[in-house]
Amino acid sequence: MAVALRGVHRTRWLKLQVFRYVVFALAAAFFLVPLIAMFEFSTRANDGSRTLQYWQSIASYPDMIAAIVASLELAVITSVVMLVLLVPTMVWVRLRLQRLNRIVEFICLLPLTIPAIVLVVGLFPEYIWLGTNFSDSILTLSLAYVILVLPYCYRTLDVGLGAIDVRTLSEAARSLGARWDQVMLMVIAPNISNAILNATLLSVALVLGEYTIANNLLYNNLQVELVHLGRADAGTSIAVAVASLMFAFVLLVVLNFIGSRPRRSVEEPVTKLAGPLQASQA
Amino acid sequence: MTTAGSPAVATNVGRPILGGRRFSLDWVGVVPFLGYAALFLILPSAIVALGAFFDANNAFTLDNFAHLSRSYIVKSTIDTTFVSAVTAVLGAALGALLAYAIVTGSPTGLLRRMVVSASGVLAQFGGVTLAFAFIASIGPAGFVYLFAQSHGIDYYGHGIWLFDIPGLNLVYLYFQIPLMVLVFLPALDGIKPQWREATESLGGNTWHYWRHVAGPLLFPAFLGGLLLLFANSFSAYATANALINQGQPMLSQQIAGALSSEVGAYEPGFAKAIAVEMIVIVTLVTVLYTLLQQRTARWL
Repeated sequence: MAVALRGVHRTRWLKLQVFRYVVFALAAAFFLVPLIAMFEFSTRANDGSRTLQYWQSIASYPDMIAAIVASLELAVITSVVMLVLLVPTMVWVRLRLQRLNRIVEFICLLPLTIPAIVLVVGLFPEYIWLGTNFSDSILTLSLAYVILVLPYCYRTLDVGLGAIDVRTLSEAARSLGARWDQVMLMVIAPNISNAILNATLLSVALVLGEYTIANNLLYNNLQVELVHLGRADAGTSIAVAVASLMFAFVLLVVLNFIGSRPRRSVEEPVTKLAGPLQASQA
Repeated sequence: MTTAGSPAVATNVGRPILGGRRFSLDWVGVVPFLGYAALFLILPSAIVALGAFFDANNAFTLDNFAHLSRSYIVKSTIDTTFVSAVTAVLGAALGALLAYAIVTGSPTGLLRRMVVSASGVLAQFGGVTLAFAFIASIGPAGFVYLFAQSHGIDYYGHGIWLFDIPGLNLVYLYFQIPLMVLVFLPALDGIKPQWREATESLGGNTWHYWRHVAGPLLFPAFLGGLLLLFANSFSAYATANALINQGQPMLSQQIAGALSSEVGAYEPGFAKAIAVEMIVIVTLVTVLYTLLQQRTARWL
């Protein structure tokens, strides 16, 4: 009986392993072939030999260079605005306005439920107004991009702020005479540096990949230009796509590497301190 | 270490130290954020929702919605629903299989960590680059096609389906499957091996286990994932637009078409009506998803 049962388990285990590796192999093929193909395509000459001409000719398209620069600038501006807007608000809500916490969270997660193509319809008249009254620079796109990155950055920063005792830290700093800007910059920010970096990298990755809003508001960012160029010179266009993909990949690796490093050394003393401190106050 | 149960106590304790402002202007601190969200999130949403009811002269009208019955919009709605349904069902089924293959391995193994992080990246990997990746691989000049052709297989014998609805189905799966892995994995993790042993000790076989134990437990999570995937591809735009530049078969492309002045079809009110149609469909699906998630959370 026991032997038979073990036999049953053994065949089932074998079947399971076969199933698993077949699934993994198929998945790997489906997901890796298109990525490898892009690289292959961007280095294949018309006669089938290997060439770097497409990669070299990236520089010969000034529109593409301008679009890359614009997208990088947008990424920087969006990240900065996002941090300046979100971090102080989230800290302030935790300290003073607990009852607004749910509202802020709701607003931050709202863009997940509104498709970008719908948002752009509402942004269209706003950008016409902005264009006639202030500026029609491509950099104004960052105003909309901040909204797009809100959900991801909110979640990341929320985890970061949840891991430290914001109240104790800021009260300690304030009682030692720190101004609010000093509390934010010199006390809170260094303690959630991981979360800030993660949120920044996510914003950069999202902005560099954004197409819907830029295309419909008639701005030429990196992705829009990729499609334009793709119709004239597919090889170069795909070379740029591979380059931007590798850039995003490096960002994500950095993110993973930093994210997986535990920060116990900072967290624990703070939480231990919080216990007696609160007890003595009560 | 949040003061979950006692915010009032904590605030009262905090006040004297923090300067003793009684009727402080605390709310001023959130004005920049709320103002920004109002301008670039709430106002655009309101413009869409209300603007759909007004014509070019700002007079109230229901014409924009009446125009939704135009044949090309009806066709787009059907096509978009079809693509979303197909990629949701296939994505959910294949994603669930992949998730099951992951979960039956070591919970802390390298393979699992790799597949999960890859899924996180690929679920967000859409748009232009994704369209390019498929054009470069199975497109008419891609090496997969050239290879197949040199071996006597011409899968574009009846037309280049990659740049049409079937192609969209295939390309969308590239981000649908990883998304399903991400949402379905927690549900599979909740299934305990003891339940299988219990089934066996009661004389049940594999079929009984899946039919009466694991299946009913996983079904709400599976259905929830299915709906999320549906909403996901329903609102996708960049991938479709980069892949298909003629005919604009997707509803999201119709919105863009009504918004652009290029083809002399600038109808902002109509664009808003299509956007409202899209929101209504996505919201219905999302509400269903939320209800199902709550049901799943109760069991797992």
